Amino acid sequence: MYRYDSYDQTMVDARVAEFRDQTRRRIDGKLTEDQFKPLRLQNGLYLQLHAYMLRVAVPYGTLSSAQMHALADIADKYDRGYGHFTTRQNIQYNWIKLEDAPDILADLAKVEMHAIQTSGNCIRNISSDQFAGAAADEVVDPRPYAELLRQWSSFHPEFLALPRKFKIAVIASETDRAAMRLHDIGVKIVRNAAGELGAAFYVGGGMGRTPMIGPLIREFVPLDQLITYSEACLRVYNRYGRRDNKYKARIKILVHELGADEYKRQVEEEFAHLLTLGIEPPLAELERIKTFFVDPPFEKSASDDLDRSDPDFALWVDRNCTPHKQPGYIAATISLKAVGGIPGDASAAQMHLMAELTERYSFDECRVTHAQNIVLPHVRKADLYALWQQLDEAGLATPNLDLIGDIIACPGLDYCSLANARSIPVAQKISQRFAETGKGDMLGELKLKISGCINACGHHHAGHIGILGVDKKGTENYQLLLGGSEGADTSLGKITGPGFDEDGIVAAVETAADVYLAQRQDGERFLDTYRRIGMEPFKEALYG
Amino acid sequence: MKILTGNDLKTGAVTWWTGSDWSLHVDDAVDVGDEADEILAREQGARRVNAAYAIDAIRDANGVRPGHIKERIRALGPTVRPDLTLKPADPAAGNWVI
Ligand code: SF4
Repeated sequence: MYRYDSYDQTMVDARVAEFRDQTRRRIDGKLTEDQFKPLRLQNGLYLQLHAYMLRVAVPYGTLSSAQMHALADIADKYDRGYGHFTTRQNIQYNWIKLEDAPDILADLAKVEMHAIQTSGNCIRNISSDQFAGAAADEVVDPRPYAELLRQWSSFHPEFLALPRKFKIAVIASETDRAAMRLHDIGVKIVRNAAGELGAAFYVGGGMGRTPMIGPLIREFVPLDQLITYSEACLRVYNRYGRRDNKYKARIKILVHELGADEYKRQVEEEFAHLLTLGIEPPLAELERIKTFFVDPPFEKSASDDLDRSDPDFALWVDRNCTPHKQPGYIAATISLKAVGGIPGDASAAQMHLMAELTERYSFDECRVTHAQNIVLPHVRKADLYALWQQLDEAGLATPNLDLIGDIIACPGLDYCSLANARSIPVAQKISQRFAETGKGDMLGELKLKISGCINACGHHHAGHIGILGVDKKGTENYQLLLGGSEGADTSLGKITGPGFDEDGIVAAVETAADVYLAQRQDGERFLDTYRRIGMEPFKEALYG
Repeated sequence: MKILTGNDLKTGAVTWWTGSDWSLHVDDAVDVGDEADEILAREQGARRVNAAYAIDAIRDANGVRPGHIKERIRALGPTVRPDLTLKPADPAAGNWVI
């Protein structure tokens, strides 16, 4: 994985020192909150319902064991013994003291991490495929390109005050596991007919108040023009994106209002101009970055055999493991979705254990997924049973990847000051209900996603079943959406009708699941059945 | 009644205006009547509390109860982690929020 060079380290260390001084001045009263707030936000420090919240960037979701240990230590030393992995592949701490924040950032810097650009109207952490470098279906490892974009976007002076926040995802597989088309820019590394690598650009996707699927703006950008083309996309947005209305300020609104063709025309014009300026970093830099992402020393003769005699293990393998490009290896997903648990939360002890297992079984590398799970990308099949046993003992072997219990849920009103309703208790009740009735196992793939407000951090628009928390005259209410998807077949969920209270939404999800079970045909997932039969049968069952 | 709340400047903890200081316990909150703006302006300079504001609440037999669920969750702590609330020993504490 990527290691900081002296430039990276110097920049991050300088930022820690700067923030230490700013924090001291705030506590001493030399800065007002109005003056300090933008400074703390630039370092990922929010003020949430119960305390300060620190959001730490995990570039394209990749962590070493040392980094995971450091995250666990922070949870223990400065927080309340746990952290929350987010849909942006980051981690958040909920109980941070302002006076501790500079020390935390210093601890992070020691393991080449930071919280820079995890807030504010700038380019945020770049996200990617959690199976990058392991997936059998990728044309190339997307992470060197994500890293190049990270370096370009970090402290980019022109893009630190955009009209609104800006999120980029990079993938390199036909199967989109990063919700790429629901990002401000989705980059898909592709190979053209001549066998050359390039990048397809999807621009103007997003969730939130006005969900949009990003249209394809350019099919093929040569890789030695990746940064220049990205710069052109951002420049057009920075120039014409709306700053008068925060709800219309994201790039998706600009692309939508201009039309994809006109936006593309303007980008191409800017691109042609930028090409004359020679802003692209030398290819040698990309080659340098690539050296950090070479395959680990896989054992060439590793066996593909698996002893599946333990049925619990066999079930976990079938549900939570994904084929690997290297014979004899497999990618294992650690579910942070125990039945009745809090989606994405991990205790310090669990983080330490995951760090140890990362070092022992996965060439010292793990990944945070946008579905709030952890992946050990490179596990030798011969080690899989031993790995599973240790996970099982720690309550980390729930076999529910992509099932209804694998719920994405934002922090909601239990933690978030923007929330209308709680997300987590709804997730807990649904996961418990489907575990108790055994229906969860019968349903097969069913992605359920919950957001506590229209900001859609819980990706409710992209859930096969989505739930949106709203405020109905001071009480929590939940809208049900059906038919969303985030993969290659990205679609946006549609609201079924009037909302429900907390118990009502749990029952409504069960009703929707029952309609599917009654109507499904051979091999159909919930989403397929919904697409075939449409909304009406569900509405009839819910409100009829 | 109108009560004042904010977050402690250094720790971020939720606090409530007691008439002379800021308390972690909502039951210590006092009715500020129509003096909210005046107290908030004064307290902003005192650097004890961050981003304070006034909210509606009632006082009943169980103490002070903020009007909006968001403020009740702030007063108690996350309903999904009773161990981290101000009443960790009370298993029914979360019900107070609803
Ligand atoms: S979706 Fe809303 S409630 Fe949930 S984390 Fe985002 S802003 Fe907070």
